[in-house]
Amino acid sequence: MERIAQKTQGNYKWYMIVMLVALILISIFTGVSDIRLSNLLSLTDTQKLVLLTSRIPRTFSLVLAGSTLAVSGLLMQQLTQNKFVSPTTAGTLASARLGIVIAVIFFSHSSLAYKTGLAFVFSLIGTFTFILFVRTVKLKNAVMIPLVGLMFGNIISSFSTYLAVQYEVVQNASSWLQGNFALISSENYQLLLLSVPLLIFIISLAHYFTILGLGRDVSLELGVPYGLLEFIGITIVSLATTAVILTAGSIPFVGIVVPNLVSIKKGDHFQKVLLPTAFSGALFLLITDIISRTMIYPYEIPIGVVIGVVGSVLFLYLLLRGESE
Amino acid sequence: MKTRQLNGVFVTLFASIIVFLFLYMTVNTRGHLSFAFSLRGQRIVPFFLVGFTTTVSTIVFQTMTQNVILTPSIIGLDALYILLQTVVFFVFGMNHVLATNQQLNFLLSLLLMMGGSIGMFWLFFLKYPGKLYLLLMTGLILGTFFNSFSQFLQVIIDPNEFDSLFSRTIASFNRVDITLVNTSLLLALPALIYLFKESRRLDVLHLGREYALNLGIDIDFYYFKLFMLISLLTAVTTALVGPVSFLGFLGANIAYKVFNTYRHSILFLGGSLISIVFILIGQLLVEHVFKLQTTLGVIIQFVGGLYFLVILFKERNG
Amino acid sequence: MMDVQNVTKNYGQTVVVNNVSLPIEKGKMTACIGPNGAGKSTLLEMVSRLIPQDTGHIYLDGKEVKSWKKGEFAKRLSVLKQTNQMTVRLTVRELVSFGRFPYTKGRLNSKCHEIIDSSLSYLGLSELQNRYIDTLSGGQLQRAMIAMVLCQDTDYILLDEPLNNLDMSFGVQMMQTLRSLVDELGKTVITVVHDINFAASYADNIVAMKEGQLFASGPVDKMITKSVLDDLYDMDVEIIENKGKKYCLYYIN
Repeated sequence: MERIAQKTQGNYKWYMIVMLVALILISIFTGVSDIRLSNLLSLTDTQKLVLLTSRIPRTFSLVLAGSTLAVSGLLMQQLTQNKFVSPTTAGTLASARLGIVIAVIFFSHSSLAYKTGLAFVFSLIGTFTFILFVRTVKLKNAVMIPLVGLMFGNIISSFSTYLAVQYEVVQNASSWLQGNFALISSENYQLLLLSVPLLIFIISLAHYFTILGLGRDVSLELGVPYGLLEFIGITIVSLATTAVILTAGSIPFVGIVVPNLVSIKKGDHFQKVLLPTAFSGALFLLITDIISRTMIYPYEIPIGVVIGVVGSVLFLYLLLRGESE
Repeated sequence: MKTRQLNGVFVTLFASIIVFLFLYMTVNTRGHLSFAFSLRGQRIVPFFLVGFTTTVSTIVFQTMTQNVILTPSIIGLDALYILLQTVVFFVFGMNHVLATNQQLNFLLSLLLMMGGSIGMFWLFFLKYPGKLYLLLMTGLILGTFFNSFSQFLQVIIDPNEFDSLFSRTIASFNRVDITLVNTSLLLALPALIYLFKESRRLDVLHLGREYALNLGIDIDFYYFKLFMLISLLTAVTTALVGPVSFLGFLGANIAYKVFNTYRHSILFLGGSLISIVFILIGQLLVEHVFKLQTTLGVIIQFVGGLYFLVILFKERNG
Repeated sequence: MMDVQNVTKNYGQTVVVNNVSLPIEKGKMTACIGPNGAGKSTLLEMVSRLIPQDTGHIYLDGKEVKSWKKGEFAKRLSVLKQTNQMTVRLTVRELVSFGRFPYTKGRLNSKCHEIIDSSLSYLGLSELQNRYIDTLSGGQLQRAMIAMVLCQDTDYILLDEPLNNLDMSFGVQMMQTLRSLVDELGKTVITVVHDINFAASYADNIVAMKEGQLFASGPVDKMITKSVLDDLYDMDVEIIENKGKKYCLYYIN
């Protein structure tokens, strides 16, 4: 029995890797400038330029952003023991955005460092506020927590809007509101590379985070420093979210939908679902990005809109599915 | 709370409304008292109407969800309104009759918001009776989606049109069209009166779904009815002045603190009066301190948001 | 008289209550027992119309439960679920007076106040009546909830595990109170009980359920026997008699 189970698991892994590679190739060779796999060896200079400065960085950031967001969501769900918490439903995204708006207003020549720093600090504060709230409040229904979290996010967003209006940077700020990979180039995607060490860090601590999911009391009893790990977890999530939002804008739903879909198939053991979640997150973004590039070809729909549609449908499916059982 | 104390609070509220109303009518008239009176007098009815609609609908909503930090805005009606305005501007432009004719726009917004909520609630109360949070969650997700779609259109819209559109998506009493006030009253007043009359039945909802059923309330149908009324009130308010969800939130939560009761009759009246005081103070600030550089919607969102955070922190400690 | 006929309830693929038929005697105390997941609470919820049954019929005094007007039904039958935390701040008296809602829709008259007073004193809560319910102990809150149900003044009172969270002495008090509701006030009490010896000591009739089906039902004497209980719980139990009452020993298997 066990051997069969292992075998299917092995197949599943291969299946995921093949899918990922295929989608990466499709992603790289989709676009206005016609580049084919067959003439990869005889590229013109322009084609080479497009490939190296635009296509490959874009695909690369999609993979990174997707897996980072999905894993961040999974980690937050683990920390709060609530399946509907993610950077979108815990104020992380909104807080990071507030940080960016403030950076744009008060450091007008705002370098990337200022934006990154402020966005990180704000998302850290925002997420902490919310997680501490979740930990102590006893709401009757677990679904109420993300509802409150989204309200929390909306309020922070309205502060951002207020500031943006007062200082007339609405347009500038709007571009941070919308997830978009079209503007990614070899110049500006480096920040996303930050997520690689973060992912590795999460993987290396995976065992501890697994225990964290059993709750504070059990963790402390097993000798796991709950508070410290919670702090580390939130810090990682905030950093990762900041990196994604500054390169690609805010991308909703990935952090909720992907981990929940994976857990339907693979259960809730953090260590076991970690890699599949990262894989699926990357797949999810690659697919939605290809849709966004081909729907009204040669124009592009921002990926945020596509994810909005796909994500909300999937999310409702998850919600109603849990109900009919 | 003792009856005498209760009367005292109500007298104080009425008195402050009169004082602020007087200030609002007479400050900075620059000698043109009658002109200012007729101009400012027009806004008094909307002030009172909005004070009541937002507060009553928020209190009913919070009783139904048994949660005092939610507002009816999470079911996505505000977002739908903003999306409609955005689509109108995007597809037809700012000079099209749908954008310029206030009555038409009002009716269209109202129809869309009511239609949307009827469809959604009908579906949910038929298919998943008693699962209120499913409905909330769905509304919330749709709202998020509407918002992101609006943002998408707003980014590619012509900058001039964007400015004009943007002013519509923020609540303001300065742009209230007086011709819409009568229609709004006609729609909202019966709903408000009905809810006031229902306050004792609403009290029972505090005990939760099962006890309400046990005490003979046909809870699923009743929730459906209440949801429709909340949508109607929210839709009228939003179509009239724009999204003002946090006004009701402020009024309701301060009323819970001040009156410390579960009785809806007292909370409705008290909370609404509190909201009206807020509107009057806010509008005074907007017109005379900020010299119309900002709108009441922004101030309310700011103060309401801060208060929300305070409550969040207090829940945490308490 | 209540009559349950061929009632079935499914949740998805799982059959929770499977074709149950039984009459419930009026003016008696009926205890519903059975292993975890037997469908006891679900049956109780259907009988008290908190949830609808999928098939079958339930009659209250000759008229089908779902055809009763909700307001009228609430004057005939009341139900108390396992106590859940209430978020609203109410005093004991305010909570109890909600029981009058089916009669006066919240406008309390002098008769209501009389009934509220007597319900409070019946449960020994007169001194606690102005305390807020969030300051009460588990046992006190449970009594307050019973007082609310009593205040509703119904012929039938249904309770779902009223002994949860109560210690031994409060458990005994609770069962004595329920017994006196039957003996002194002529009520019909139907209660789900986990502790079989409480059922054996206080109930008139016992309904045993297992895996969604009616396992057996009848007067206490016929039900508290080794042959019934061994099969019901899949255990080896021992029946002893003490002062004319039967008890069931199952602690050491």
